[in-house]
Amino acid sequence: MTQETILIGLAGVLASASPLIFAVIGETLSERAGVINLSMNGTILLAAMGSFAVAYNTNNILLGFLTGMLIGAVVALIVAFAGITLKQSQVAVGFVLALTCRDLSYFLGNPYMGVSGPRLQAVPIPVLSDLPVVGRLFFQHDVITYISFAAIFLAWAWIFRTRPGLMLQGIGEKPAAAYIRGANVNLMRYIYTVIGGALIGLAGPAFSLATRAGWMGTISGLDGFGWIALSITIFGGWNPLRGAFGTYLFALLQWLGLVLQPVLTQVPSQVLQVAPFPLMILTLLFVNIGNAEWVERALAAMPDSARRVFAKLLRAMRTSPPAALGVPFERD
Amino acid sequence: MLKGRLGNLAYQLGALLLSFGVVSLILLAVGASPMEAFRNMFNGSFGSMRKFAEVLVAFVPLLLVTAGLLVTFAAGLWNIGVEGQVVLGAIATTWVYRFFLDSSLPPALVILLAILGGMLGGALWAALAGLLKVFGGVNEIFGGLGLNFVATALTIYLIFGPWKRPGVASMSGTVPFPDEFSLPLLTDLRISPWALALALMGIVFVYFLLQGTYFGLRLKAVGKNFRAAYLLGIPTWQYSMYSFLICGALAGAAGAIQVAAVYHRLIPSISSGYGYLGLMVAMLINYQAVWAVPVALFFAALNIGSIQLPILMKLDSSLAGVLQGVLVLFVLLGEGVRQKFGGRANS
Repeated sequence: MTQETILIGLAGVLASASPLIFAVIGETLSERAGVINLSMNGTILLAAMGSFAVAYNTNNILLGFLTGMLIGAVVALIVAFAGITLKQSQVAVGFVLALTCRDLSYFLGNPYMGVSGPRLQAVPIPVLSDLPVVGRLFFQHDVITYISFAAIFLAWAWIFRTRPGLMLQGIGEKPAAAYIRGANVNLMRYIYTVIGGALIGLAGPAFSLATRAGWMGTISGLDGFGWIALSITIFGGWNPLRGAFGTYLFALLQWLGLVLQPVLTQVPSQVLQVAPFPLMILTLLFVNIGNAEWVERALAAMPDSARRVFAKLLRAMRTSPPAALGVPFERD
Repeated sequence: MLKGRLGNLAYQLGALLLSFGVVSLILLAVGASPMEAFRNMFNGSFGSMRKFAEVLVAFVPLLLVTAGLLVTFAAGLWNIGVEGQVVLGAIATTWVYRFFLDSSLPPALVILLAILGGMLGGALWAALAGLLKVFGGVNEIFGGLGLNFVATALTIYLIFGPWKRPGVASMSGTVPFPDEFSLPLLTDLRISPWALALALMGIVFVYFLLQGTYFGLRLKAVGKNFRAAYLLGIPTWQYSMYSFLICGALAGAAGAIQVAAVYHRLIPSISSGYGYLGLMVAMLINYQAVWAVPVALFFAALNIGSIQLPILMKLDSSLAGVLQGVLVLFVLLGEGVRQKFGGRANS
């Protein structure tokens, strides 16, 4: 393989990861506020179908993207209403929506199967795109990929470097304390869930109008990405930077699966495509195992020097969900 | 008490009517006649004995999965990995078949071993999700989802790799077993009375396990309040593991039936989504085993009836899933509305 093909491949990895980037950031914002939006897998499919249908009928790509965001926001609003106002299980409602929206997308998308429609074109950025290596990697993408780059840093800065972001962390970790400090916890949760939902919805058109343009129903190959995004959100420890790292790692592994295909002829291509999943389970195990009780006991039983090394290692990998994730907030 | 029951039933019926209403609107939106669609779905599932037998073919795995999920739900666990547990049941069953196919064992014994193998396979896969949860701190939803993907990959690997058909491997699955290795089917129909009996035994077993045993009582205590159950001296993590094992065995039985009585081979989509559908049924019946049979039958009828839609009306058969999903959604939301605005008087 020449350096040029590798560069093109890696640039493709960055672009193909953009839908998942939006989904992971959207879910991160929602969960940071304490609301788990499990509907993602269906939301992305419905948004992909809906935005393609709108863009196809109006020949307006921007309208298509807005439709995707609107669909994501509406689905998230249902999750928020059920979870926050009605205090029902967010997991149950989200799961039902995940299946329902998926089936709805297949049902409504039937007439658009295999139709060729509008697609976002690459917009090389002047000057920067001519840089060696970096230009090819980062500056010859379509607009939505550039926005995905920006979204990572904006979300990170919002959560960790602004006052509202601090409040966001508060309503997910200690809602009672945030309430005492003047936050309208439930309203903020509604807002973040809906904004997060709109970002999750953006993943739909990022597929159907850009990276995997078109709508192919059940064979679109989009079913499953929402569940992946959910795993990456945890892997990312509810941090947009770490989440983005996880997303690019996932996309890289999928690309490697394709590239290594001719070398590993014994292994069917479908298996290489899912190779990231066992790795995902392992990483989930590594980031969570520090939370298990028996690990603490085992650590306590170790000799001092070994304990220090292991404890440090576990702490470095460990992530904990926002303490109030999935728990309705009651003023009393 | 009676008033409460009736009020409850009124909410469920209201949700049912509402969901048919919403689906009618969706049908009108795509320019189709709702009455025609519902009639075609009804005829497609109850129109003839042959069609009703198909409904029962879908009902069996769905009921088995639902029965298993009632156990994990009772323990307070969201066993989303049930889908993969069905798949591993099917894989293990196929493995046992392949192992004994050329042996001198009587076919009846091979079938029995294959189904038991399937239950064991499902239970082991569930145990994996359980171990990840109990000892790894990995939430069962995320561990289960990951394991579902791995299970699907494993199926495809086996079909295209070690178990591929002589000649060329294809998505149509492994080589079918000879007829005598199938669970006996009714004449001219595709349903096996043995499979039906197994499914009914499964739900009866779970009903008595949860309602009539000390084990069930303690399991529900773990599900309601893990901490309190632990302080009361119930071995909580063991109970979590037991519930995973029981659910996995029942889901594995569903996968085993798919191989032994329906497809007679391993195919890529062997689980047909019954695991996820079972989660919907369990939610709809509010985790009460008594309602599992009628609701699972209703869902199976919707799935089979909707097969007529693409043939007769050029509509996608996923309408069944939309109807099921909207129904469960309305029941969940209705329950929330009742709790919030209904007051405690008639709850």
